[in-house]
Amino acid sequence: MGRFVTARKRAENLGASGAGTEHFWQMIVSSVALAVLLPVFAFTFGSILGLPYEAARAEMARPFPALVTALTLLVGLWHFRQGAQVVAEDYAHGLPRKALVIATVVITYGVLAVGLFAVARLAL
Amino acid sequence: MPDIPRGNRPLSPFMLGSAYRFQWTSATSILNRITGMGLMVGAVLVVWWLMALATGPRAFALADGVLRSPLGIVVLVGCLWAMWYHLLGGIRHLVWSTGRALEIHTAIRFGQAIVALSVVLTVLTVLVLWWR
Repeated sequence: MGRFVTARKRAENLGASGAGTEHFWQMIVSSVALAVLLPVFAFTFGSILGLPYEAARAEMARPFPALVTALTLLVGLWHFRQGAQVVAEDYAHGLPRKALVIATVVITYGVLAVGLFAVARLAL
Repeated sequence: MPDIPRGNRPLSPFMLGSAYRFQWTSATSILNRITGMGLMVGAVLVVWWLMALATGPRAFALADGVLRSPLGIVVLVGCLWAMWYHLLGGIRHLVWSTGRALEIHTAIRFGQAIVALSVVLTVLTVLVLWWR
């Protein structure tokens, strides 16, 4: 079907992606959030890493480390999912591209689910 | 309007390799992608450590031991540098998205600045966490 569509027609309205600029805008919003979250997380996690088991559990049960960790994982892995899709779309084509995008989505949400479960279990 | 033939048009070569000289703009661009992809390693290590902490003392001893081993520390500090570099590279993209700092000379200087600043911030972060 795409064979007889001109380049101009493909670029109109939502463009060749079919999704407009939503992906680009989501990257901007999540990058601004991460510019604040990541340094805070690095210092929070960095000061907990090295503590013995009981002390590390007590720290991760406090609201601030738990919330910073959960938010960083949520926004960070969402940002990764979007960014890795762009990389896959740049370097791979056809079936490998689709397979890479699917793998990115599955792995990202998998890691996110384990991370959020762990934070919830430590905090609650 | 007839369709434009696609598929057999010449393509420009990839930005790295023998076709081009070293450029700060292309090097800092590909480095932003590599650090972004590489940060997944850090995410997996952090999530493994959290899940081990939530599981129990034995699982924690293994994950904590791996993360704090000499190799683990090298990987974590590498992730820390990747975090700072990707963060600064992202800010550069946010500035570019407003239409600023796009002149070649400015873009090269900006690229050199984020490489230098990423190293400085990594060293500072390690020092602060070491002497806490």
